[in-house]
Amino acid sequence: MLTVLLLLWPVAAALLLHFFKGGAARVAAFGAALVELVLAAYAAFAFNPNNAGQFSLNLPWISSAGISFHVGMDGLSLLLVLLTAFLVPIILLAAFRRNFENEGVFYALVLFMETGLIGVFTAQDAFLFYFMWEVALIPIYFLAGVWGGVNRAKVTFKFFLYTIVGSLFMLAGFVYLYFQTGASADGLAAHNSSLAAFYNLNLPAETQMWLFWLIFAAFAVKMPIFPFHTWQPDTYTEAPAPATMLLSGIMLKMGIYGCMRWLLPVVPLGVDRWQNLVLILAVIGIIYGAIIAIRQQDVKRLIAYSSLSHVGLMIAGVFSLTQIGLQGASIQMLAHGVNVVGMFFIADAIERRTGTRTIADLGGLTRQAPVLTVCFLVLLLGTVALPLTNGFVGEFLLLEGVFEYNAWMGAVAGVTIILGAVYLLRMFQRVMLGPDSSFTATFTDLTGAELALLVPLLVLVFWIGLFPNTFLQLSEGSVLNILSEVVKR
Amino acid sequence: MNSIILLSVLGLGNLFLGFRRSNRLLLPAAMLMLVVVLGVNFLDWGTSQSFFNDMLVIDNFSVAFTAIVVLTALLLLPFSQKYVQDGEANLAEYYSLLLFSLVGAIMIVAYNHLLMLFLGIETLSIAMYVLAGSEKRSLRSNEAALKYFLMGSFTTGILLFGMALVYGATGTFVLRDISFAVQNPVNASLIPMLYIGMLLMLIGMGFKVSAAPFHFWTPDVYEGTPTFFTAFMSTVVKAAGFAAFLKLLVQAFPAASAQGLWLPTLTAMCALTLLVGNVGAVTQTSAKRMLAYSSVSHAGYLLIGLVAFNGQLEGASANGIFFYSLAYSIATVAAFGVLKLVSDARSREDYNGLNGLAKTNPLLAFVLTVAMLSLAGIPLTGGFFGKFFVFSAAVEKGYIGLVIFAVVMSMVSIYYYLRPIIAMYMRDADDEATATAVPVSGFQSGALLVLALLTVVLGVLPGLLAGIL
Repeated sequence: MLTVLLLLWPVAAALLLHFFKGGAARVAAFGAALVELVLAAYAAFAFNPNNAGQFSLNLPWISSAGISFHVGMDGLSLLLVLLTAFLVPIILLAAFRRNFENEGVFYALVLFMETGLIGVFTAQDAFLFYFMWEVALIPIYFLAGVWGGVNRAKVTFKFFLYTIVGSLFMLAGFVYLYFQTGASADGLAAHNSSLAAFYNLNLPAETQMWLFWLIFAAFAVKMPIFPFHTWQPDTYTEAPAPATMLLSGIMLKMGIYGCMRWLLPVVPLGVDRWQNLVLILAVIGIIYGAIIAIRQQDVKRLIAYSSLSHVGLMIAGVFSLTQIGLQGASIQMLAHGVNVVGMFFIADAIERRTGTRTIADLGGLTRQAPVLTVCFLVLLLGTVALPLTNGFVGEFLLLEGVFEYNAWMGAVAGVTIILGAVYLLRMFQRVMLGPDSSFTATFTDLTGAELALLVPLLVLVFWIGLFPNTFLQLSEGSVLNILSEVVKR
Repeated sequence: MNSIILLSVLGLGNLFLGFRRSNRLLLPAAMLMLVVVLGVNFLDWGTSQSFFNDMLVIDNFSVAFTAIVVLTALLLLPFSQKYVQDGEANLAEYYSLLLFSLVGAIMIVAYNHLLMLFLGIETLSIAMYVLAGSEKRSLRSNEAALKYFLMGSFTTGILLFGMALVYGATGTFVLRDISFAVQNPVNASLIPMLYIGMLLMLIGMGFKVSAAPFHFWTPDVYEGTPTFFTAFMSTVVKAAGFAAFLKLLVQAFPAASAQGLWLPTLTAMCALTLLVGNVGAVTQTSAKRMLAYSSVSHAGYLLIGLVAFNGQLEGASANGIFFYSLAYSIATVAAFGVLKLVSDARSREDYNGLNGLAKTNPLLAFVLTVAMLSLAGIPLTGGFFGKFFVFSAAVEKGYIGLVIFAVVMSMVSIYYYLRPIIAMYMRDADDEATATAVPVSGFQSGALLVLALLTVVLGVLPGLLAGIL
């Protein structure tokens, strides 16, 4: 029941937002997001890490076809629901700074998207999952397309087409799987599309080989994995900062979560067949993203490519099919979400003050803005995976997982940390240190409100870094379940 | 049956209302009539009655499709408000013709006798020929009417010829008896005649629902016809046409030997229609012409429902066609409705005429967006579940290749359905006409909201209507 409340509240709030005008809409949207966070926190509090499928509800949705509205949470779902509920208020706060035209609609779309995201993370029925997957896409298309930069029409069109083509392949895969299942629980339909039914299928290896690519297509585009990433840097750059935060902070986790929940256990033999190839692509993505990031002149683009590189490592961890790799991916999803949202916020803060994002135009911010510099440094070190920060825990576990699979790949993937340090610290040096430029001469430090927005993120950087077990114990049960489904056959 | 009688009488009544020389009453009166007809129609739900020696059979199938066509007409009527405001002299005639063509539509969803099919199609079409040319001073409208009339009468001839051959081979016009005769041929030498007759009927129906390669009249006729009537043509005619088509195949030609002939033909037509409709729509610059090609492409998706034939007027195939027709009709009415309002105010029908609409008329932009997403088959809208049901019916029957092709084609369709959205939300007004708001009455706003709401309800709670047949 709680899951349904978590799902319905944001969309209800988005509809009600229509009745608030101007400034009131801000307050209402932020309040609604906070209520959602409280609900999610309550779920975390009431959650028992030993049980799967909690707070679940199973209602017939299209009973003549055996499709049900079945939602519920296990530890992995809960982590991502928490991440979503935590980041959305912060993203809304970040949007306040921008004073968008028609801001009420903007906030409504963000809240609407929250429903889609939480739906993706809690769906226990394949078609509900697909449905929510697209529900999350439509708002972000408009957020990026209406409020984005000059090239928004072209760039968001590419983004929309890429993702929808990918997800249609996934849908085709699901439809095929659906027709292999047995009758629904109530006996009204010949087939059903529940997650459990998909897990119980024992399809021949040849079938799973091509099914793997149908389903993986959607996730590959969303994460994105090299070479399906070409939409990503443009979209991240053109989208307004809050939309970029949604895309990078939460939306790409849909892909990783999808792999863990809807790919590995559903087509284990297909995964077995293609594991090596995906790992190679992931490692290529790690190196490729990092090398391109080094060459970037635009702060936002640099973060976009760094995100590509870090996501590559998460994919590699997931496809190592080791407990430690999957656990690493679970916690790194949180860490990456926190860090990348913080980084994009600071990039946006700099852009709002100076009107530029070009690294060459910036410099010497430490003197005018010491607080901003410290915040930036903490988030940066988290991303670089310095010990004691959140990035370290995640990347360490991920690398260990990849090592366990193949030491050479682990070694190559490990380069990500070194390269990450190279491009991120270089950016820090050029933007924060060095002489002032004409753009930065009158730079002002973070305001109290901006700092208040960043503090929760900074707290999490250290919390996850120092006490990772708070989060790891939540996802452990789910990860073991997933792995047991994978090795069962 | 009640709905047929009621509509005919009310249509006549409407003509008399026209004598009053005041248009004000006409629109509410016509809408009220349709509401009554819709209600009366549902009284027949769950019953099965036959009339005139089994020439018409009213059952759940016919009630469901009657509901689609009447509801579509009802939701479309508010967009004729401009005719009322302009003091259009022939408005009563327009409305009456619409009501009469609805009678034809109901006849072809309820027919049990080929004569009724023929009469229904003629009743439906003749009214449409007149309405296509209703803008008497517009060259394009005249051209559309003439083209539609010539093509329509030509295909009616083909259809009639097919019926005659079938009659010659089987000695009956009644669907079930034809089916019996096909399975137990009396005279083997007549079998080729039967099948030629069947194929001619197939071609005739293909023309009516604008399936390729018999679609070529569609873009010109749709573009030239006044937008209000184009909307009627592409929804009511198509929904009723497909219901009639399905009924013909299910009740007259379900035999395996007949299927062996028409199924490959339909499959080929379906693939071709999808290709022609979608690729044709991509290259258009006029939103109205795009919708014309899109209407061809939707005929292709509906044909998938026919290809997923299961020999019944219930089950996956019939339900798929029902849901698809409903979702498609609602979204198309919304799209044409917005387009009519915009083109009336800005006197242009190209994509750029929609520039900046999100700023001047957020409601119109929103409703058109919902309609486009529904036509493209994106979730949260009825169009998605329409496609989903039709495609899964075909997958269940093993037409995986065809469905993959259809999915690829719907990916293509996203390109042209996004173009109006991009114009409305991501481009700014480029001249004075596009910078000023389009006048929309409260009544029309209400109708648009209802259309958007229905589309979303179908997209969120498809269980309400899925599998009702």
